[in-house]
Amino acid sequence: MIPLQWYLYLALALFAVGLFGFVSRRNVIIVLLCVELMLNAVNIALTALGTALEDVTGHIVVFFVIAVAAAEAAIGLSLVVLIYKRFREVHLDEVKMLKG
Amino acid sequence: MPFSLLNFKALAPEIFLVLVASFMVLFDRAIRAKDFFFWTALLGTLVAWWLCRTSLGISFGESYTADHYGFFLKTIFLLSLFLSILISPVYARRRGFHFGEYYGLLYFAVCGMMLMASGTDLLLIYIGLELMSLSIYVLVAVDWRDPRGLEGGLKYFLLGSLASAFLILGLAIIYGRTGTLFLARIHQHLSVDPAVLAGIAFFLVALGFKVAMVPFHMWAPDAYEGAPTPVTAFMSVAAKAAGFAALGRIFLLAFASAHPMWIKLLVPFAVLTMFVGNILAVVQTNIKRMLAYSSVAHAGYILLGIAAGTREGLSAVLLYLFIYAFMNIGAFGIVTLLQREGGVGESIYDYQGLARLYPFPALLMLLFMFSLTGIPPTAGFMGKFYLFRSVVHAGHPWLAVLAVLASVIAAYPYLRIVMFMYMREPEREIQPASSLSLWAALGISALGVLVIGLYPGSLLHAVMGSVF
Repeated sequence: MIPLQWYLYLALALFAVGLFGFVSRRNVIIVLLCVELMLNAVNIALTALGTALEDVTGHIVVFFVIAVAAAEAAIGLSLVVLIYKRFREVHLDEVKMLKG
Repeated sequence: MPFSLLNFKALAPEIFLVLVASFMVLFDRAIRAKDFFFWTALLGTLVAWWLCRTSLGISFGESYTADHYGFFLKTIFLLSLFLSILISPVYARRRGFHFGEYYGLLYFAVCGMMLMASGTDLLLIYIGLELMSLSIYVLVAVDWRDPRGLEGGLKYFLLGSLASAFLILGLAIIYGRTGTLFLARIHQHLSVDPAVLAGIAFFLVALGFKVAMVPFHMWAPDAYEGAPTPVTAFMSVAAKAAGFAALGRIFLLAFASAHPMWIKLLVPFAVLTMFVGNILAVVQTNIKRMLAYSSVAHAGYILLGIAAGTREGLSAVLLYLFIYAFMNIGAFGIVTLLQREGGVGESIYDYQGLARLYPFPALLMLLFMFSLTGIPPTAGFMGKFYLFRSVVHAGHPWLAVLAVLASVIAAYPYLRIVMFMYMREPEREIQPASSLSLWAALGISALGVLVIGLYPGSLLHAVMGSVF
């Protein structure tokens, strides 16, 4: 039996990798992947916690997170398609009409 | 309040909104007269409000509580939805997105906000937040021929999904420490340790993104400038109110016992938000960006009410959000009125000499700017007064002093618009795009600002009874 802590360390490590990728990469597709990575890192933690607490809530939350992540990917990718059609580019540094 | 496991009556307004929204999205192709959707959306808002009024109750175990707190916030959401729908057609027709999906998405967003306002379960609040955010990402980019809208939508989407990842991480931590997601039970089981504090911090970051708290406000100016103006009006008021609804419930109910800890976290953010928002508003030359930074600053004031941690503070937050709906949507209504293709009417210099050309719109803009500054006898003054008073009563007089100082800075960008309108000669003439519905929205907003400013009594009474 692997102790709970190991799962949580794995989840935190994956979340940190995703966060680092989010702030360092400029390709929108990669950034979207990093968000997915962060969500799935939390899913690992939720599954492990649910098992450890012998409570089904943690597992249920995972399903909701997966569903929401799917909706988010659909919207994100359609935005990327529109951006590509308009700018011929999916690089965040090239998409700069607004000042911020 | 009636209680049962599956009390669908308590969810009546949300069910109604989803049904109407689905209808509008599905039958958009079949119905050629697009004004039909406008009238359906307008009427549906009133019906939804009536349903909110009549169906209080608890449902799905302890997950969903349609109480007076939820009802007051739903009133704010529906009010801003109503006003935003009123200012939409003239703009949407010109830009080619006057169709069913547009109104349907507004409805879905409001449904998500309602779940956030009445959710007493972290999972339900998360789902509501996502429903709201995903709808608004699409709304920002709904004018897909406009590259600025696409860029604003993409930025909002990327930072918003980062925020939701933080929210779910915070949820996992709180779940791991307390073994439950119900707010009331979290309150019972919460013991303050570093892990719980990290969870609270993640919640603050995630909801701070939604209310545009500095330093998580970077998306706000771009998304507000890129989005179609009616959408900007809607998201600047309703999405902010929804974020504060969830903040109020989570921090003052679930994390109430950790108040001495999270107030230390929240106060620096709130002060930073007030000052950064107001100082950056000073240097903006685009009116939508200026109003975006002003909305960042207003989020800072409202955060002080949450930081007070008292019932009085929370009721002042509700009052402020209600008043903010009138004055901010009114200001964006004037922007919609004057806006033309190609960025004309978006620069603050386009407001020069407005009073000479169009005295009545200029007078209304003056009223909204005075209210946003907080000059009596407008409603904005009442909102600020009760908010800062609650902060003083909670034992933080220096915070109120800082807030007043920030408001003094805020006077500059607002009164500069007034100065341009009344004391400068017009540079170029802009034909206002008036329509009856836009004037109706402006009229309601102006009336709201004046009436609440002069007779705040009954509203104050309603607000005091709306705090859990």
